[in-house]
Amino acid sequence: MPYRAKLQDWLPRLVLSPSVALIAIFVYGFILYTSYLSFSDSRMLPSYGLVGFANYERLFGLRHWETALTNLAIFGILYIVICTVIGLTLAILLDRKIRGEGILRPIYLYPMALSFIVTGTAWKWFLDPGIGLENVVQTWGWTDFSFRWIKDRDMAIYTVVIAAVWQSSGFVMAMFLAGLRGIDGEIMRAAQIDGASNFNLYRRIIIPMLRPAFLSAFVVLAHLAIKSYDLVIALTNGGPGRATELPATFMYSYTFSRNQMGVGASSAIIMLIMIASIIVPYLYSELKEKKA
Amino acid sequence: MTNMSGKFSRALLYSILIVFAVYYMLPLYVMVVNSVKELDEIRQGAMLSLPQKFTIEPWLSAWSTAQIGVDPTGLKPYFINSILMVVPAVFLSTMLGAVNGYVLTKWQFPGHRIVFGLLLLSCFIPFQIVLIPMARILGTLGIAGTTSGLVFVHMIYGIGFTTLFFRNYYDAFPTELVRAATIDGAGFFRIFYRILLPSSGPIIVVTVIWQFTNVWNDFLFGASFADADSQPVTVALNNLVSSSTGVKEYNVHFAGAILAALPTLVVYIVSGRYFVRGLMAGAVKG
Repeated sequence: MPYRAKLQDWLPRLVLSPSVALIAIFVYGFILYTSYLSFSDSRMLPSYGLVGFANYERLFGLRHWETALTNLAIFGILYIVICTVIGLTLAILLDRKIRGEGILRPIYLYPMALSFIVTGTAWKWFLDPGIGLENVVQTWGWTDFSFRWIKDRDMAIYTVVIAAVWQSSGFVMAMFLAGLRGIDGEIMRAAQIDGASNFNLYRRIIIPMLRPAFLSAFVVLAHLAIKSYDLVIALTNGGPGRATELPATFMYSYTFSRNQMGVGASSAIIMLIMIASIIVPYLYSELKEKKA
Repeated sequence: MTNMSGKFSRALLYSILIVFAVYYMLPLYVMVVNSVKELDEIRQGAMLSLPQKFTIEPWLSAWSTAQIGVDPTGLKPYFINSILMVVPAVFLSTMLGAVNGYVLTKWQFPGHRIVFGLLLLSCFIPFQIVLIPMARILGTLGIAGTTSGLVFVHMIYGIGFTTLFFRNYYDAFPTELVRAATIDGAGFFRIFYRILLPSSGPIIVVTVIWQFTNVWNDFLFGASFADADSQPVTVALNNLVSSSTGVKEYNVHFAGAILAALPTLVVYIVSGRYFVRGLMAGAVKG
């Protein structure tokens, strides 16, 4: 039955095609559409008159955007570095045949199951000077104690770091722990027999072997940092003033509340470029390795 | 001597681990104890103490009477919205991911690698890039501001991850079995239902948990595309907490936050192993 055979031949591609079509339109088509808007004179609604790079020029002239980028740099670097340090430390400690690992590990990881809105709410009130940490420490007797970063324009971005690290560091721990468990025990034993101290063992042998885990952790954390939106909204709502504005919150407010869709679209394109420059090389090398 | 220092370093190790456990538990502890306190107690700076007077009132208020937006409805209707959104979105994206993974591993065609690459890349785009056109398309389709609209959106942007999960899982599945079945005359769907699907239990669990957590916890799409009566619980919680009018009822906020977190927390507690596996599969690709 050549007809049936032919159908069987095409069936797999036919089954795959709805997904491919959806992704083609709603991801790649939408990227093209938004890039077009970023070169257009769109204000409250999309409009198709081209204005060249005017939106990008405006964008990079805006103080708000500069704040958003500076904040992203501060937040992103601290978030990645602190998560990695905590994650690696906890993984190494947990890997030393700990009693109770089965209890500790889930405790370190559960924040990852929570919505950023929940995390933001919890930390918002915990860091609130009126009822939270400051107040508690004062009632303990240290009446001079002051901790009002969340209300302080210069320090508020660090409270976002605190909450975000709390949420993600356990996940980084899990990634490193998986890496450590994948290392051959023989190597460790051989190094110990050679008289390597614990510190040297980790510094010279084990940590270099965790390179893939470092890379994955970096890629995941960097892309989460660039996308960060919910947490800021729940924790500080971009404030005080605009002190904790990030590119994601900037894009939203310029597009939907300030009626500057062209500028909003161009900021979204910049976000895409930032993420793509991290993700594309990573995925490319991962998929290529698999092929080899 | 070595024994002494060995004991000391063990003690140090455990103390560090316990300090971190306290750090991770602290916000949850704060939410729980303050959700059963009276407002006055919280205001007096007793955030870390156990309640002097236990009350369930904040929970009842958060669930059914707290002011959210214009109506004193509590989180209940929004919680239901979230359920109505999550169930179909998770089901659809998991199904699509399963057949996609099957095709991409067992029925490879020229260019399958590029197709997979493009699907995978879609997982990582910043969603800001799709907000403007999506708002318009949902309007054109007549599902703007509805739960169906949110289901549609979550289904689409879930495909990349679900396909990744199933592809990696089916990749390890012996292709000889599929080939043998083809020779016996079994067709495309028959092989899927009879051979692949029965052994897909673990990966289905991983995928469902991953999608459930992501869709339930989503805020951006809910805030962008939902109406007042189709908002998911995350958006409602944020409205509850950040509303600037009236007295700030911290205890109600904490109870509401726990309510919004409860489904994903329960899933995590019940099946943490699979949850972690999903996280890792999402992180270590290829």
